[in-house]
Amino acid sequence: MSVPLEHDYIGFSSEIPPMEKTSEKVKNSNVVTEDDEERRSMRATELRLGLPGSESPEKEEDKTGFVKTSFTVSSGAKRGFSDAIDDSGKWALTADADLQKNGVLFSPRCTNGEKSVVGPGMKEVPKSNQEKKPQISTANGHGVAPAAKAQVIGWPPIRSFRKNTMATNAVKKDDDLGSVCLYVKVSMDGAPYLRKVDINTYSSYLELSSALEKMFSCFTIGQFGSHGNLGRDGLSESRLIDLLHGSEYVLTYEDKDGDWMLVGDVPWEMFTDSCRRLRIMKSSDAIGLAPRAIQKCKNNN
Amino acid sequence: MDCKRNRDMKSPPPFPDEVLERILSFITSRKDRSAVSLVSKDWYNAERWTRTSIFIGNCYSVSPQIVIRRFPKIKSVTIKGKPRFSDFNLVPPNWGADIQAWLFAFASAYPFLEELRLKRMTVSDESLEFLSLKFSNFKALSLLSCDGFSTDGLAFIASNSKNLIELDIQENAIDDFSGNWLCCFPENFTSLEILNFANLNSDVNFDALERLVSRCRSLRVLKVNKNIQLGQLQRLLVKAPQLTEIGTGSFLQELNLQQYAELACAFNHFKNLHTLSGLWEVTSVYLPVLYPACTNLTFLNLSTAVLQSDELAKVLGHCPRLQRLWVLDTVGDAGLQSVGSSCPLLEELRVFPADPYSQDIFHGVTESGFLAVSRGCRRLHYVLYFCRQMTNAAVATIVQNCPDFTHFRLCIMNPHQPDYLTDKPMDEAFGAIVKTCTKLQRLAVSGLLTDMTFEYIAKYAKNLETLSVAFAGSSDWGMQCVLDGCPKLRKLEIRDCPFGNAALLSGMERYESMRSLWMSACNLTMNGCRLLAQEMPRLNVEVIKEDESEDCVAEKVYVYRSVAGPRSDAPSFVLTL
Repeated sequence: MSVPLEHDYIGFSSEIPPMEKTSEKVKNSNVVTEDDEERRSMRATELRLGLPGSESPEKEEDKTGFVKTSFTVSSGAKRGFSDAIDDSGKWALTADADLQKNGVLFSPRCTNGEKSVVGPGMKEVPKSNQEKKPQISTANGHGVAPAAKAQVIGWPPIRSFRKNTMATNAVKKDDDLGSVCLYVKVSMDGAPYLRKVDINTYSSYLELSSALEKMFSCFTIGQFGSHGNLGRDGLSESRLIDLLHGSEYVLTYEDKDGDWMLVGDVPWEMFTDSCRRLRIMKSSDAIGLAPRAIQKCKNNN
Repeated sequence: MDCKRNRDMKSPPPFPDEVLERILSFITSRKDRSAVSLVSKDWYNAERWTRTSIFIGNCYSVSPQIVIRRFPKIKSVTIKGKPRFSDFNLVPPNWGADIQAWLFAFASAYPFLEELRLKRMTVSDESLEFLSLKFSNFKALSLLSCDGFSTDGLAFIASNSKNLIELDIQENAIDDFSGNWLCCFPENFTSLEILNFANLNSDVNFDALERLVSRCRSLRVLKVNKNIQLGQLQRLLVKAPQLTEIGTGSFLQELNLQQYAELACAFNHFKNLHTLSGLWEVTSVYLPVLYPACTNLTFLNLSTAVLQSDELAKVLGHCPRLQRLWVLDTVGDAGLQSVGSSCPLLEELRVFPADPYSQDIFHGVTESGFLAVSRGCRRLHYVLYFCRQMTNAAVATIVQNCPDFTHFRLCIMNPHQPDYLTDKPMDEAFGAIVKTCTKLQRLAVSGLLTDMTFEYIAKYAKNLETLSVAFAGSSDWGMQCVLDGCPKLRKLEIRDCPFGNAALLSGMERYESMRSLWMSACNLTMNGCRLLAQEMPRLNVEVIKEDESEDCVAEKVYVYRSVAGPRSDAPSFVLTL
């Protein structure tokens, strides 16, 4: 049977599985990488809780160093919890990995000598397997609650409509912390496949344009070299079109409202906020979009 | 009244029935009317003939037939259905509280029904169609936290209710197929005064909305959903300068200078605005357009706007008359400081968590924010506060500053969390509340609590009517205290507490004077519930049995008084004992 990991109530694992300990003693190696590898392979052979066919996820540690695990039990009727909740709030997991209805988790119980403890034990499922099935059949499902922490059904007591509102808003505000990636698809007319870029890794139109240039250079023949005049008129945003694709292409983006816009009009921050995807468009398609660009195209040609 | 009595005759009434009825028709308060009806048989009759508005707090406590028999002249009906914890997914779907049976009865008895206000009821599209067709004088529909219908049902109302004044669709769990229902208002329809579709998700046809707003010259409340962009909002506002309540759509659209100026100008005209809400995705860039409209604002609902403390501070600087404020905890303690300093007239504060499932204590508000508000807002009497840490001392100071609390709902989001400074239970906090706030009507407790909390409540909270308890208490004694000590208690809802059969049965005599009792994830067994049902035949004792719990366990119990007997429409998972 697998060894249940002891977690204190904030999820910090206090125990290394015995197998790893022995292996470290035996190894006695000075090479860090070998040790890591050893650990990794030990982890791979470590007995885990999970459904057959589910992959054992790497133990994720978030920034605070806590090991995240997730628990699910079936629907609200079950108060799945462990007998082992002691005064300090520790609990142990029972090894019953049956995935039923989910999104709903254990409810911690008060510790002072209650009698008949009812309900089956807690069930654990690897994080990768967790679905988000709404509990109620009508449109009102659970909000997009993160799966990482143990949660109690209906707690905190917030109505579903409010959960959903805040979830979408909260994700947006996380951008301010700079920790969110903003991958957008980039398509180029005529290219056999699309690419994806994280526009948050750039801080100006210049950086974006040079990155795109590198990315799509394989699809264009000799367009870039002759127009790589970086020094010419300074690097103002309005020159992006010239800079990027010379006469043949125009860089456009689709904004939040679904409109196709010319890249370069708005301040960079506003652009990253509203850009949903990028398209490197043939100038011939760009009629009405960037008359000045087309003029330049004609001039350059 | 000195009336000569003949032994064989009843004394004639001192004045004709019509006079009595005329006088009683001025009485609107429910409690007063109940009192009136108990005076004598004549007064009972006069009261029932003059009552035009009825409130049913629990749809299963009485049947449509009983209502119709007693009150022949009803124009306005308010009905509440499911137990409140259904808002938090504790009640399975298809539990009941369907409005259709009521509508059938009302169609024959009250064909001139004007208003229907429902909370936590199940309403189907067919019911909405029925409503729109059978009640030609129908004027006001308000649906709060209901389910079972879709936007198709709204289309029926829009098409057929020619005299509609109010359409208020709030926070419902519905199927949102499309916004086309708005197009169903006929072109000659002009009576609308209140339109609230803020919580619907689908796009409405903006042209139809604009035309509707233009022709309804009495429109005073307009709350749109977040698909309405700023530019569109501006056009609506220009058409309806008489609005007193505005719920904006999304505040995110990029505006050029001219559009910005137009928007600011539009808001500038609203000197009589008293309620503002919406503001989805608002950023600091656009907040200033609101400032001119805030002078007379009494209710500001920012619970869907992610604001930081400085942004809130700036807004509040323009809201000197604010009485009710709802915010997200992104404003932090610093934001609440500015509440305390800018809003001396504040009476109600609700702080909602932006990220309720994160256990990270660096987000949100703490006890110091609450303290700051209490220092500046001495009139505060209603609070709903979600936080991740609290201390007994802070709460004690808060209620010293604001002794007039009538509603105190504190939610410390981690269950069983003690005072984070002393590590003691939060008993003293709630003790301080009930000792100091003698007018307290509604209390929600949280944090690590022993039976001591309930002893305090029983001893001091003599006006308490509603109590919500979660993850609290040490033994049956806690619940027994409360049932014994709070004479005005009407609604008791409990989850995840160590209260068992003994506690449940100790309140046997009490439940008939209460609206309802809810207990889930406690220590109740089927036998205990059966015993209660046996002893108290005028109570409905219902157990919700979901698949996997063991047979003898009563996982979710709902007890309520009823003159209608056991439910005839209970689904299979609801066992009436």
